Amino acid sequence: MHLILFFVFAGFCLAGAINLLLQSHPINSALSLIVVMTSLAVLYLMLGAEFLAAAQVIVYAGAIMVLFIFVVMLLNAGREERTLGSHAARAVGFPAVVAILAVIATVIVKAQDLGIAKLGEGLTNAPDSTNIETLSKVLFTELLLPFEVTSVLILIAILGAVALASRDEERQAGK
Amino acid sequence: MNALYSHGVPLSYYLLLSALLFALGVVGFLIKRNLITVFMSIELMLNAVNLSFVTFAHQWHAVKGQIFVFFVMMVAAAEAAVGLAIIIAIFRARATLAVDRIDLMKL
Amino acid sequence: MNGSLHLWLIPLLPFAGFLVNGLLGRRLPKWLVTSVALLAPLAAFGVVLCAALQIFTPMELRSWNGPGPIPSAFALPYIEICSHPWINIGALHIDFSFVLDQLSLVMLLVVTGVGFLIHVYSVGYMNDEAGYARYFSYLNLFLFFMTVLVLAGNALLMFVGWEGVGLASYLLIGFYFQKTSAADAGKKAFIVNRIGDFGFLIGMFLLLANFGTLTFAEIATKLGQDPGWNGGVVTVIALCLLLGAAGKSAQLPLYIWLPDAMEGPTPVSALIHAATMVTAGVYMIARTHVLFDHSPFALGVVAIVGAATALFAATIGLVQNDIKRVLAYSTISQLGYMFLGCGVAAYSAAIFHLVTHAFFKALLFLAAGSVIHAIGGEQDLRKMGGLWKKLPVTFAVTTVGVLAISGFWPFAGFFSKDAILYAAFTHGAGGKALWFVGLVTALLTSFYMFRLWYLAFLGKPRGEAAHHHSTPWSMLVPLVILALLSICGGWISGVWMGVGHFGDFLAPSVGAQSVEAGNGSLELILSILAVVVALLGWFIADLFYRQKPTRPAELAAALPGGYKLLANKYYVDEFYRATIVKPLLAISTYFLGWVVDTGLLGGTAWLLGGIATFAGALLQRWQSGNLRSYAAWLAAGAAAVLLFVVVPWPAVLASLSAIHLGGSGH
Repeated sequence: MHLILFFVFAGFCLAGAINLLLQSHPINSALSLIVVMTSLAVLYLMLGAEFLAAAQVIVYAGAIMVLFIFVVMLLNAGREERTLGSHAARAVGFPAVVAILAVIATVIVKAQDLGIAKLGEGLTNAPDSTNIETLSKVLFTELLLPFEVTSVLILIAILGAVALASRDEERQAGK
Repeated sequence: MNALYSHGVPLSYYLLLSALLFALGVVGFLIKRNLITVFMSIELMLNAVNLSFVTFAHQWHAVKGQIFVFFVMMVAAAEAAVGLAIIIAIFRARATLAVDRIDLMKL
Repeated sequence: MNGSLHLWLIPLLPFAGFLVNGLLGRRLPKWLVTSVALLAPLAAFGVVLCAALQIFTPMELRSWNGPGPIPSAFALPYIEICSHPWINIGALHIDFSFVLDQLSLVMLLVVTGVGFLIHVYSVGYMNDEAGYARYFSYLNLFLFFMTVLVLAGNALLMFVGWEGVGLASYLLIGFYFQKTSAADAGKKAFIVNRIGDFGFLIGMFLLLANFGTLTFAEIATKLGQDPGWNGGVVTVIALCLLLGAAGKSAQLPLYIWLPDAMEGPTPVSALIHAATMVTAGVYMIARTHVLFDHSPFALGVVAIVGAATALFAATIGLVQNDIKRVLAYSTISQLGYMFLGCGVAAYSAAIFHLVTHAFFKALLFLAAGSVIHAIGGEQDLRKMGGLWKKLPVTFAVTTVGVLAISGFWPFAGFFSKDAILYAAFTHGAGGKALWFVGLVTALLTSFYMFRLWYLAFLGKPRGEAAHHHSTPWSMLVPLVILALLSICGGWISGVWMGVGHFGDFLAPSVGAQSVEAGNGSLELILSILAVVVALLGWFIADLFYRQKPTRPAELAAALPGGYKLLANKYYVDEFYRATIVKPLLAISTYFLGWVVDTGLLGGTAWLLGGIATFAGALLQRWQSGNLRSYAAWLAAGAAAVLLFVVVPWPAVLASLSAIHLGGSGH
């Protein structure tokens, strides 16, 4: 049962990824990516990372991809045009990808001590501490500083985005 | 194989899926011509890595793996915001989103 | 040992003079430049005198009687070593060490004393010249290096002084650097000296290799201890050192620079090319006499070189028309005498001749300078004449000088020349031949010196009488002092003839005379013979230049070939030019210039530049600005890194080669 679930949602992931590559309109690619994200959320659930599954849906699928779609619609991006292309990308890039994939796959397949993921298993097997409790315990005590720094990072990102994307006329009009 | 049916999914499957998603992301980066789509391929790569992390967190029962994923998500969010702002700025400057047309950095 | 002699002051004071005049001279008033320039050698002379008096206190001198070394308050040689070591590598230890013994004391007195007199003379001579301060700074620099050379306790420090005096000589010969001939003469002097220095260097290397030390005292000790040192290596070392001495002291075949060096100002010729620098070679041989004593072959070579040079130069001097050239060839000839003296192991006699020669040759040069200065720069003897009335003091001192150099008793030259000739005559095999050559040379010397005397001063004036400057007292006083020294300089030997007590004085440092002087009748006969020969020379000169002034022209017309040969200095310069200079120039221009410089070096540079440009052009196309190609290369790089890290290459390569080898084995 577990296995079937895995194959189904892994299939959704791969299908969405391949669809992202095959579509020519960016909006379609964005929607395929949303499919990938949500399937991954399910996979996270199966691996016992409930909080992350929720975060994946809320943050990734719900915020980041929405942002992507906003930008696509804002810029009125149309179907991809036929452009000059690049020989290097095909001649050098594809073999490189194949090589990377081959190396990683070999390492994974040859690895001895990978185990088996069981449904219902998570970070701990203790019944009274949930995933989010375990996560929070570490995040807000031991890793408090990185957490705060991340918030600063997001603030900087906001400022940067505003600075980059604002129109010059607005700034001049504002003066 | 008998064990699999009753016991669960081998972790190597998750890892292979992660590797495949990553490879597809790189391919997308290489062959797509629209700037926004290239950026989406990058997000796909990030997600593949996230899956890896969660898998290993599950294997070693290490909470730090999941916390890392959390941070990756935050950073990805910030990066997406800034990156899309840059794309908007490029579009305003060059009126095109084709990757091959944005080549001012050549010698 | 009571107190230090402060030997370091002797070189330092002239060096300070050099610095002041060299760096600030142009901005200082003339009187200050003169004062500094004169103070330096005077002070140095003062220090030498003090040292001499401290060593040979008058009290001891009075108590000394009879032969044997003069007692000294200090144990000689007195050694002063700078506390900071110079070279300290492994077994090689070389210090800055100054050594004062009888030999260096004599030399120093000559160098600083005569040097000071010439400095005074130069004040008058160079008064109207541009570059006044530069001249004196160079002179002081020369004094610095010369004193270092004399005081040096090891061969390396002596070599420093050696090279330094060569440098000072170059600077002073080329003093009128705007004249091409002067600049060329300076270069010629330096280069020919360099050839000699090569010999000196090789000698030093051999000394180091065989004795492990360059200190003269240690070498002497080692040579004395081991009776096995004879011939062989010692001969080679001695011959190398002889090459160096020949270069510096203008012996055959490296004498060619000295006549050309007359391009420099006359006081320079007097100081450097008569009294001091050219005698450095003789001094060096006397310093290292232990080496020569152990190698009869080298001594023989020295003697032959000296005698041959003496005769050779004297013959050339017979027909020269430039007054300074006559004196230059005379210097070469007299240096030949000194080498002859060294070659028969009569080192004291050679040094004695060095001292007397310094007196009368400096005197003659300065007198010639006075003549040149008075008649406005004319140097050709054929255009002079009748100057005895206008320049009486100069005439008188020149007469003294000519008499001294010809070897008339009781002037200085008689004693020293007689000592050398006697030592040659009594020196075993071949000595008599050497003596005969020396005698003939004495005849020629007397002849051409009196020729000069007649042509320059006597007879009717042949040149224009314009530009008659009166000679300032700063030029006359040194002349008179040197004349006095030329008269009484020989009397320090304390006997009627020969080297006498002077030889006893020098014996601790240069070894005892092989034959005791004052050996009665033989020496008397030889001395009388020498004086007779000198008179003969005077008589012949009188015949040619006073009684019938057309005789020389007639003789020259009768023997045109011989005359031309002598007048053109046996074409030696032309010979060197054809055999050595031209091939070197050809090699430099064609081989080194075209092949090596343009071809190899230029080609390599061009090649490297070409490679860089080519590679750059090639790699430039990589930077296309295309995002996708950049991404592709990124991926390729990542793949490479991944492959490199993950794959166990040693095992893989081993298995691959095993497969390959195993496959090929079948």
